[in-house]
Amino acid sequence: MTQLDSDYRWHHKHLLGLEELSADDIRFALQTALGFEDVSTRSVKKVPALRGKVVANLFFEDSTRTRMSFELAASRMSADVLNFSSKGSSVSKGETLADTARTIEAMGVDVCVLRHHLSGAAEQLSRRVKFSVVNAGDGQHEHPTQGLLDMFTLAKRFGRDDFDFTGLTVAIVGDIAHSRVARSNVHGLIKLGARVILVGPPTLLPRSFADLGCELSNRLDDVLPRADAFNMLRVQFERLGGQAFPSLREYATFYGMNSRRLACAKPTAIVMHPGPMNRGIEIESAVADGPRSTYLEQVTNGLAVRMAVLFLVTSAK
Amino acid sequence: MPPMRVLADEKRVDDLVQDLSQAVCDDMSHARAQGDSAKWAIIGIRSRGDVLAKRLATTVKPDLVGTLDITLYRDDLSEVASQPIVRPTEIPFSLDGLNVVLVDDVLMTGRSVRAALQLLMDLGRPKRVWLIVLVDRGQRELPIAPDHVALDLSGSAAHRASGSQTIGRGGGELADTVAPDERVTVKLKPTDSEDAIQIHPARSASTSSMTTSTPQGAGGT
Repeated sequence: MTQLDSDYRWHHKHLLGLEELSADDIRFALQTALGFEDVSTRSVKKVPALRGKVVANLFFEDSTRTRMSFELAASRMSADVLNFSSKGSSVSKGETLADTARTIEAMGVDVCVLRHHLSGAAEQLSRRVKFSVVNAGDGQHEHPTQGLLDMFTLAKRFGRDDFDFTGLTVAIVGDIAHSRVARSNVHGLIKLGARVILVGPPTLLPRSFADLGCELSNRLDDVLPRADAFNMLRVQFERLGGQAFPSLREYATFYGMNSRRLACAKPTAIVMHPGPMNRGIEIESAVADGPRSTYLEQVTNGLAVRMAVLFLVTSAK
Repeated sequence: MPPMRVLADEKRVDDLVQDLSQAVCDDMSHARAQGDSAKWAIIGIRSRGDVLAKRLATTVKPDLVGTLDITLYRDDLSEVASQPIVRPTEIPFSLDGLNVVLVDDVLMTGRSVRAALQLLMDLGRPKRVWLIVLVDRGQRELPIAPDHVALDLSGSAAHRASGSQTIGRGGGELADTVAPDERVTVKLKPTDSEDAIQIHPARSASTSSMTTSTPQGAGGT
């Protein structure tokens, strides 16, 4: 375990992105998540740390797994959980985000977990309210808890107990341009010392990522022998107007992870996926269900990471 | 400011630990003589009780050894000044039906022990729980009484929790009194560089930055 300075303090009341966290902050959050892992395996799967606090899940975009993960994380910490989704709420009656936020603030909410289709929505919200805001995905900007859980999974698979990723190479493959998962991973991985290679078709791979210290490649086959982990991004049909690549079949041919490609990778390399998977497109079923896939571990780890995040933002002074 | 006083050096800490080991061994033989065949676990409260528990285990040889991290069960999370650090609880066995010896370094308010008991109950249903502490410095805020204390600084007998037994070399000596605003700190290797029991003078505002080293506060709660 990393020895942090004894005067280290977590001072983030909000978790908006990994871009604004320091390497120490990220390591502290991941280390804290280690302390939450056993909560999910004991006979009473609950700790009293957030007893009497209220966590509101405010989801303006469809999401089942992230919302369920946050809901379970909050419940396991004994918080009361409110679920808002844009469908069936006053949002569909024309209420603005600011008004919805003020309404739930008036109810005495302590933490708001926000998923929104606009980049920057979480930051906007955090400026207007007294409660803590946790970004659960804002447009194409960031999805910090996904970034944290991906790094947590990497650390566990590669035995990096100190969360120092020096010497590890991670390839993030797919629609980099529209991916908040990619953005959060890039910020976090580089801070922890990993080398990041972004792989995707030229139309979905902005050159600006090179400025963040990433290597860019349009050919997955070239990158195969070099990476320790492949994070296969979901093809987001809902964000692509069908313009980005000629056909799904072509995408799968050039950028899909399959058994043949995995055989060319390092024998220790792992395949990650943030879910939900498009089997047969970015990941072949045989790979997704194989021993080198971390897909389900990521879901389990997400719970510990989200408990840690809820604990940290509510304990920030 | 008055200097820090050393209440026990390495040799005396070793004697006190041996006294505690003997007390636990006596409890075990007593229980076995009564026909109690339940397994024994020694469980320490982080971040010195766990070290003490492991040390006791080398002589007591219980069936199981574990560590509790009570950060998530503390009742003062919203008030503490230092950064609370959550670490894993390490109990890789079922507590159901076990005889549990709960170990902490310093007993003061009783709040850590309350939190530890709540955590134990969330992990299972032990048959019986004993509480063993190296130092009882008094100032209880909850009705918690240890089963064995190696060094009792809780003051006059009237202040001592009834029913607790002070064993060995504790109490009695004039040097072993502690003022209410002084801090009692237990140092144990390998977490610390030495074995010692120390009394630190009352904190002044200018020295408050030196208190952040352990999340539980080394003074015991």
